[in-house]
Amino acid sequence: MDIQELINHIEIEFDDLQKGPLYPDTSIREIEGWSSMHALLLIALIDNHYDVLLTGEELKNALTVQDIYEVISKRKA
Amino acid sequence: MAKFAIDKIKIEAIYSCVPSQKIKTSEYSLFSNYECLLFEKTTGIKERRVASKDLTCSDLCFKAAESLLTDLKIDREEIDVLIFVSQSPDYFLPATAIILQEKLGLAKNCMAFDINLGCSGYVYGLSVLSSLLKSGLKKGLLLAGDKSTISTSFNDKSTYPLFGDAGSATLLSFDKISEPMFFDLHSDGSGKDAIIIEYGHSRFPYNTFNDEEREYEPGIKRSRNHLALDGMKVFNFALKEVAKSIDECLQFAKNEKESVDFFVLHQANKLINDSVRKKMKLAEDKFPMSIDNFGNTSSASIPLTICTSLKNQIENKELTLLLSGFGVGLSWANVLLKMGPIPVKCIDYD
Repeated sequence: MDIQELINHIEIEFDDLQKGPLYPDTSIREIEGWSSMHALLLIALIDNHYDVLLTGEELKNALTVQDIYEVISKRKA
Repeated sequence: MAKFAIDKIKIEAIYSCVPSQKIKTSEYSLFSNYECLLFEKTTGIKERRVASKDLTCSDLCFKAAESLLTDLKIDREEIDVLIFVSQSPDYFLPATAIILQEKLGLAKNCMAFDINLGCSGYVYGLSVLSSLLKSGLKKGLLLAGDKSTISTSFNDKSTYPLFGDAGSATLLSFDKISEPMFFDLHSDGSGKDAIIIEYGHSRFPYNTFNDEEREYEPGIKRSRNHLALDGMKVFNFALKEVAKSIDECLQFAKNEKESVDFFVLHQANKLINDSVRKKMKLAEDKFPMSIDNFGNTSSASIPLTICTSLKNQIENKELTLLLSGFGVGLSWANVLLKMGPIPVKCIDYD
């Protein structure tokens, strides 16, 4: 697993949202149109691809794509 | 550990009843077009049935049961038990099951009581009714459903477009040759706040002061007398527990997932059911759906899905089904059973 793979998954899932490419330091919640529904979709995506179930609290504290990647890596270690 | 098998019980028929009024997700005026599309994609809900002010869950269950008993020409004296599973009873008291006993013309020596459960309620109800029939009774009726739309706030985008109203009636009988049903039931009260109507009972009695709506976050405005739903908590709970407990139920029954014809899951949210399916590495057509046309119908969702999406199959042959209910409580329950061929029907309440 690397961060680019995570970015690719997110870009495919949220292709309706994006106005440009995602970067590790992109703040997820600042993407235009982001909503609580996207949070559920993101949790399902991570659970499906990495078998890691993020809690609402973990997602709330993860501000950027990099933060999310680190939570997943830590949980998988 | 609430894992047990009950044999010699047959499911004879399942009828469902829904209000005739259809409300499309696209008609919800608080949704933008984009929100509507995203909601439909995530939850799967395109339309739901909503009961009028005067129509209760017990009315829907009554119609389902009355039609079932009439169509199958059941001797009403043979019904020894009636269980009403709902979180929207007619009154604070008495229990709605007793009112239905009289309305359906059942004998006075029929035992009747309510079970206060939501999304897990159908499987719980099956387990209780089967246990009672196994102890020597003849036939029993399980009436399950909810009028959830009575408790949601129009101004709460997280609940209002999610729920539909429905009732159901399932007839069970003692039958010497029926194979075992394998139950696996769970509870976790630490999640009580994830889905709750806080006011209106004895902890916090109803008062008009609490009718005032307050904005909890953008798009979520409700009073304390309304249903509150923590979508993230419920979603996490479902992803954590449902697939795991289905596996445990199959292991308990010494059965492989490949031997199951259909997994009939509670219809809370398409994303939850898709995630459970992907975890189990099974094909989409193994998971019938009714949420698209009816919304989340609480304890009626499993029988309603069988009556609509599995009608052709269940009326013509025996199926091995895994039924899984999960939600408010938190409470979750699975049963592996064989069912069919049996009559099923979904009726509109005119």
